[in-house]
Order: sequence, then structure tokens, then C-alpha cells
Amino acid sequence: MTDTKLNPQNENDYLVEVENLKKYFPVQVGFIEQFFSKEKEFVRAVDNVSFKIRRGEVLGLAGESGSGKTTIGRVTIGLEEKTEGKVTFDGIDLSTLNGGELRRLRRRMQVIFQDPMASLNPRMSLGSAIQQGLEIHYPELKEQHRDMVLEVMEKVGLAPALFYYNKFPHQISGGQRQRVVIARALVTKPELVLADEPIAMADVSVRAQLLDLMVQLKNEFNLTFLFITHDLATAKYICDRIGILYLGKIVEISDLREVYAHPMHPYTIALMAAVPVPNPHERRKEPMPKGEIPNPIHPPSGCRFHPRCPYAQEICSAEEPLLRELRPGHQVACHFAEEFQ
Amino acid sequence: MTDNKVLMQIRDLSVEYKTRLGMVSAVDHVSFEIYEGEILGLVGESGCGKSTMGKALMRMIQPPGRISGGQLIFDDEDIMTYDQKQMQAFRGRKVSMIFQDPMTSLNPVQRMDEHLVEAIQVHFPEISKEEALVKASELIERLGIQSNRMSSYPHQLSGGMRQRVMVALGLILNANLIIADEATTSLDVIVEAKLADEFRDIREEFGVTMLVITHNIALVAELSDRLAVMYAGHVVEIGDVYHVFDDPLHPYTKGLLHSVPNIKLDEENELYKMPGEPPNLTHPPSGCRFHPRCPKAMDICSRLEPDLIEVEPGRHVKCWLYEDHPEKTESTPEVAK
Repeated sequence: MTDTKLNPQNENDYLVEVENLKKYFPVQVGFIEQFFSKEKEFVRAVDNVSFKIRRGEVLGLAGESGSGKTTIGRVTIGLEEKTEGKVTFDGIDLSTLNGGELRRLRRRMQVIFQDPMASLNPRMSLGSAIQQGLEIHYPELKEQHRDMVLEVMEKVGLAPALFYYNKFPHQISGGQRQRVVIARALVTKPELVLADEPIAMADVSVRAQLLDLMVQLKNEFNLTFLFITHDLATAKYICDRIGILYLGKIVEISDLREVYAHPMHPYTIALMAAVPVPNPHERRKEPMPKGEIPNPIHPPSGCRFHPRCPYAQEICSAEEPLLRELRPGHQVACHFAEEFQ
Repeated sequence: MTDNKVLMQIRDLSVEYKTRLGMVSAVDHVSFEIYEGEILGLVGESGCGKSTMGKALMRMIQPPGRISGGQLIFDDEDIMTYDQKQMQAFRGRKVSMIFQDPMTSLNPVQRMDEHLVEAIQVHFPEISKEEALVKASELIERLGIQSNRMSSYPHQLSGGMRQRVMVALGLILNANLIIADEATTSLDVIVEAKLADEFRDIREEFGVTMLVITHNIALVAELSDRLAVMYAGHVVEIGDVYHVFDDPLHPYTKGLLHSVPNIKLDEENELYKMPGEPPNLTHPPSGCRFHPRCPKAMDICSRLEPDLIEVEPGRHVKCWLYEDHPEKTESTPEVAK
């Protein structure tokens, strides 16, 4: 393996580029059924999605369950094979790498999952859980591992680190467990962090601490984040840009403030209105769109939101709207987006 | 909507759980009232005892837990004195509950109509199956599910529909009080918003009283008339939802409200970071249970527990800042207004 392949000295502004990404999962059918079904069916979890993440930026992907946000994250860092499309990390096309090369690249990208209890081995002490990433990716630094672990533990607020080093996951609180998961992700000094609903399990008072910690660490380590969430209110406090997903497609993407101030897709508008505001003087009056997110095996024709959209016209069921830039840097996939400006 | 008639009065209620590490007092000497026709929001973080409270109101605490003291007065009767038969008549007809996860609460091999008919016939065996079916399908349609979906099994319905069936099960016996325990928590935000609208309509239409137990403070702001805040087994503040949000009195309520993310761009961008985490209730802090995390803690707070006192009409708070005591050295401010 040539080192230039993994370090092509890319001076590009973008750390991650995803082009026309598709991920279809085959639908499991029963043994008898497979003789009768005409063609194989697929869940179109991600259907033709493109986005870029600038270095040092936090890109949020938000949507309801089944929108494909988690799958996009997993494919982007190579945890899941893509069906079609291209994922580039720092100028390196992931599909050109073999297993060993991909593993070597992985030290530069890490994941924080939602449920810290499920992502920590209950029989492994916190110190050794955090250290494992180092043992895999930096075996040559064996003497320094312990110090590196202690240092990162202090950074995430597990202080004094020596006190926590030999503790086990069940001996600490939920908020501290998520700190361990964050420490484990950061110990290999990654450039990209995929955070998949990292604070959804935490209590309100702990959530604010964890959000603040992530922003702090992002600045300190100059991290790039792909932040996956269902909670638009939380996204406001960490994301620089945000993409709104509906049924495997990006329907709107731009700077977070731009999207929140001028949402143009009817789905984004509905989703934002649905988020309850912690102020009884600002109770929502808008009605909600009918129905629920449809089955991704047979998505609606044309615009996937059209059966629920209060403004749907004939063209919406016939023709799929493409992402169009309607304001500087603000892309929307809706035939009538101009009217919602 | 509230004519201030008390529907249920909780007096000095305590619930304990026996664990390997000792007794956990999940609900500790709590008193409050639920008024007829109101939506009362009960909020708190995980482990504060809010779900235990909901179950205790129906006397559904299972061993190793038990209600260790207090009275539950409903229609001038203390239901703590009821025997098992009376309790069975009470549950469902007077008070019913909507649980969080419909997938575990609904029987996977029972159709929707069977669930509803069973609920009716258990309590009113004299009602025929046909009559019960008519009643069930009327209610189901009212809740926005086509009645031809009545013969579906739970797995054939969407999450939102399943939760509506749970709501229907809560409403079918015309209970006076409906306790919704995190009933919208597992739903997507648009579906949750629709269910919240439904709750408000149901209250108007059926004249029921609702106790909405949730960790989602923004949802309570959206939905409820009054708000009770629980912390570590205590109700620390209770009052009109507008008053509590506009001017929270208890330092915990203040911190909690300031740490809730707000989607509005013009709202401040810094969330309040409350130090520490909620305590373990096997060894709750002495005095006021919030004192180790409280920015306003005084000398007295770690030694003595404050009472839940009424500081202005309808506004109760459990904090030494608002209560006098001979041992308290600081002065007690008059609550504004």
C-alpha cells in the first residue's frame, strides 16, 4: 500500500464529499414466497443523496425515523457498504480501498452512538474501553497509551481520571457514560466524528452539559462533525449547516440559521412547527400534515412528500423535484419553493 | 376550563422500593391536587419518581415497591382503603392510564377490536359484544383511524395509530382521569404534535381530566394548564403553566427551564448547564434534595427539608428561599406580584 494513496495531500476545503449516494436494503421474503414474487424488493433507505462537509464544520442531518439519516452516517464512514454513488474522505474514494487500507483510514473517523450503555462493554473498565482504539490504530505507541487515555478522560470531564480509570460502566451515571463514549471516540485524534443522536438518551439538565462539551472539544481538536438528530431544537445549538431528510432524500439543505429563518420546503416548515417550544405563550396554531412517513419500499411517485403536502399540485405526483439553489447556498427540492419564501 | 373543583387529592403520599442497596424512597411525602377538567403536566428527569407517582395514583405499584403511606382521595373517598374488588372497578372506570410503549402494552396476537371489546366487557359484562363493537368503532373513528382498521393486529398499524389505540383504550370506559405516562415519547415529532392536539380536543369533548407525565418540558408548555415539577421524589414546584414558565420560583425549575433547547432563533443561544446529575435515591441528599446542585443553597438547605408552601394563590414551592424558619439566617423575600 502506498502512503500517498491514504494521504494525497488534499488541499480541498471539503473533508467529506458524498455524491449520488444510494443504499438499498433487500427485503427479506419467506422461503415459499420467493418462488412467487416477481422481483426482489428493496427498502430505499437512502436514495440519491449528495452533500459535502467542510473541514471544521458541523453538518446536521435531521429527519424523522425512517428518513435514512442513520444509514447515511454509517455509509459515509464506511461502516455499511453503499449500493451506488461515491463517498470521498479527504480526497480518498472509499470504494478504492481494501479492508486494511480502510481500517487504517478509520483512525481518522470515529463514531459516538446514541445509547452509551449499549456501546460500552459492561465487563471492560472505562480505561481499557477507551484504550482499545489506541491498541488497534496506534500499536506502536504502546508506552504512551495510558497517558493518552488519562489525558482525554480529563478533557471530557471525567476528572480525576485515575479515579474513573478502573471503574466499570454500571458504576457511573448515564451522563458520565456518554462522556466515556466521547473520550473513546476522541482518543485516536480523529478528524471526522459521526455523532448519531449522541444526547437523545440524556436528561435535559445533562444534555446541555454534553452539548457544550462537544462544542468545546470540536473547537479544541478542530473536529469536523456529522451530527445526526431527530431534534431540530438541539441541532440549533451545535450545527453550522443542516440538511432535512424525508424518506431517503434531502429536501432542504443550507446554513442552519438560513434554514430556520427561511424554511422553504413544506416538510421543513411542518417539521419546524411541530417542535414544541418551551414557552406557553407561543403555542403552535398551525395544523399538522396528515398521515405518517410512508413505506420506503414503495415510496410515493414524484415528490415523496406529496401525499401529505397541503400545497401539492398535479406536477408533484408526476415529477420529482430536484434540489435547486434558491437563495445563496440554500437548496430546496420543491416545485413551488419560491412561493414559500 | 378549570372551575377549581378538586377531582383527586394526593395527601402525603410515599412510595418505597426495596432494593439490594437499601430502601429507595421514589416518592417522598408528596401532596397536591388534581382539578376537574384540567391538563396537569408532571415533569422531571429520569429517576425523579414521576412514573412511580402515576402508577401509585392507580395503586399499581408492584413489589418490591409499595405505597408506604398517605391518602389518595377521589370523589371524597380514600381509595387507599378500597379492597381489591373496589380497586378493579376504580381502575379503568374512574382513572385509566395510557402507557409509553404501545408495542409492549398491546397484545400482539389480539386485534384492535378485541382489545377494545375486552376492555368494555371486563368492566360491563352486561354489554353485548355487538354493542361494544359499535361503541369501539365510533371511538376509533373519532380518533382518526378508519374503522376498517379495527381488525388489524398491532404490528399492522403505524406507531401513531398504535398510540391512538392506546388512547382509545384509556377513553373507552369514560374514565374521569386519564394518566398519560410518556404517552408521546416514542413518537416522531409530527405525530407527537398531532397527538398533543388530540389530547386537547379530547379534554374539551369528553370533559376528562388529564395528568400528563413527561420528561419533555416543551410539550408541557404546549399542552398543559398547570405544571408540577418533580425532583428526586419531591414535588418542588406547582402552579399555573404560564406563571411557572414566566417566573419560575424554585432554583431547580429555573435551571431546568433554561436548559431546554428552543428552536426559535431569537431565543438566547446559551443553554444553562446545571452542575451535577440527579441523585441516587438510595441515599438522597439531606435537607433539600436539590441543595448539592443549587446555585442559591444556604446554610439551612443541607440540614432541614423545606415544606411545599403556597407562596401566592395556586402557586406552591418547596424551597427555603420562600419559607421562614428560626434557624434560617437569610431573609425571606416577598414573592413579587
